[in-house]
Amino acid sequence: MTDQPISRRAWRLPSSDTVIGRAFNGLVTSPKALVAAVLCIALVLIATFGPWLAPQNPYDLAAIDFFDARLPPMSPSMTGSVYLLGTDGQGRDMLSAMIYGLRTSLVVGLLSGVVALLIGTALGLVAAYFGGRIDALIMRVVDLMLGLPAILVALMLLATLGQGMWKVVLALVLVQWAQFARAVRAAALIERGKEYIEAAVSLGLSKRRILFGHMLPNCMAPIIVVGTLQVASAISAEATLSFLGIGLPITEPSLGLLISNGYQTLLSGQYWISVYPGLLLLVLVFSINIVGDRLREVLNPRFVGR
Amino acid sequence: MTVFIIRRILQSLGVLLATSVIVFLGVYAIGNPIDILIPSDATQAERQAAIVALGLDRSLPEQYWMFLSNALQGDFGRSFVFNQPAIGLIFARLPATLELAFLALAIALVLGIPLGLIAGLKPRSITDETIMTGSILGFSLPNFWQGMMLIMIFSVGLGWLPASGRGDTGQILGITTSLATWDGVTHLILPAVNLALFQLALVIRLTRTGVRETMPLDFIKFARAKGLSERRIVLVHVLKNIMIPVVTVVGMEFGSVIAFAVVTETIFAWPGIGKLLIDSIMVLDRPVVVSYLLVVVAMFILINLLVDIVYSLLDPRIRLRDAQ
Repeated sequence: MTDQPISRRAWRLPSSDTVIGRAFNGLVTSPKALVAAVLCIALVLIATFGPWLAPQNPYDLAAIDFFDARLPPMSPSMTGSVYLLGTDGQGRDMLSAMIYGLRTSLVVGLLSGVVALLIGTALGLVAAYFGGRIDALIMRVVDLMLGLPAILVALMLLATLGQGMWKVVLALVLVQWAQFARAVRAAALIERGKEYIEAAVSLGLSKRRILFGHMLPNCMAPIIVVGTLQVASAISAEATLSFLGIGLPITEPSLGLLISNGYQTLLSGQYWISVYPGLLLLVLVFSINIVGDRLREVLNPRFVGR
Repeated sequence: MTVFIIRRILQSLGVLLATSVIVFLGVYAIGNPIDILIPSDATQAERQAAIVALGLDRSLPEQYWMFLSNALQGDFGRSFVFNQPAIGLIFARLPATLELAFLALAIALVLGIPLGLIAGLKPRSITDETIMTGSILGFSLPNFWQGMMLIMIFSVGLGWLPASGRGDTGQILGITTSLATWDGVTHLILPAVNLALFQLALVIRLTRTGVRETMPLDFIKFARAKGLSERRIVLVHVLKNIMIPVVTVVGMEFGSVIAFAVVTETIFAWPGIGKLLIDSIMVLDRPVVVSYLLVVVAMFILINLLVDIVYSLLDPRIRLRDAQ
């Protein structure tokens, strides 16, 4: 890291020598990114504590009342409480269904993002460190994966495998790992030429230790940036696949499936069944993307994905 | 140059072959085609006869070879639902999808390039911030939900445009297109806008980056020193330079557009190959699914190949770098 001039601001903000420090500074110095980051954290908290926050357990058959089906927002329920965002075709409280849907969407997005990150990072490091045939082989596969539209690969896989949460995660990992591999390889190639790696090699450290103990920490910037953007695109892709009816099954309703449920009633004016889950999905993906965009700006403009 | 083109063609064929293996394994090896192909009330002898007739008693490599040689002769099997050759169904519906995709790309370019120029010429200004935040919004808007909102606002709410179907088509220069009739055009607007939004966001970003990279270059300074008007510098010199990367990326994105048309066609009941794919997946019409995947991937690879070749013709740096 280069020495940065100590400005007055540097005294108040965490050290900008570390990646986390730079990321944090970047987020708090841009009002737009700060709002987006706070929104992201709030949504994750809502999803985590969802069962305690939701007015109703929308999948507990005893809690829902079929006579309350398709009520507009702010309608009183049979038991006296108010459906803030209305109810869906089965008489479920929309707000509760959305909180549960948010949980599913986030779990799928984060899970596939993390698995893709682990696989992609490992392969990217290996490709950069060993070079030669291994590098050529890995990068050929990466080029193949990045060359095909992600949605098409996911469609192809799910069309043959069928529905299911694990299948969706598998499909998303398959289309995402290459992004990480490419970004990490690019960063690791630069690190590999530096003296501290040479020093580590001459000290006789094991390959594993050099790769994961020395190179990896210095490749964190692109991993964080790509990771953020990929989680957003995974959430969006899962919603799209679920909407098409080849993503998550009815038993694990994500936001995409909720929106899809409202598709039929949209034309008859019952807008709330698909408008509110859609807005929540939009706010979620939009704020993650804003954060990711800001991180890309402050961390490393060289490793530009899309 | 010839070496470059031959190598790219070989690479493309390799990708196509890899895709055919994946599709074959996925469709024919993972599921059990016998359950789908043969009626459940068939006798054991009939089952056995069908298995032999379909070649399912042979080894996997042999089966793949049969699949491949049939596919190369344009035989992808018959659709179970329509009882027609699957590939014929795909080609019958392809024009509707292509029409939608071309119009979407046209919208993205016509709106995206000026917006990207404006943003790139005044970096960090309020206009730039607004346009760029708008483009992130474009990336973030779930395509299918955005389509539903278009229907809700413009069809249900305002009643201006029809919500689904393709409408009347007519002939222009021997091509059947919706653009020939007013009814067709009104049906085309909402799906095309829906499909264009993501590409629009992309074109804005590409153009802005291009402008910011081009503006500090020497030839722009020279043009200024020559006393050219700022207007001429931007509209002729800068624009000409950024068109190559923009058109290249948009050309390569064509495959994505076709893939995303699946979503658009489902929402707007547009009778193209995307809707056919989803309908076929739902009823397990495997020959149609296989044909779709292979045709789209082949189309995609062909476009990439053409873009690469044209690009290398335009820009000698590419083929020199690749030759090393």
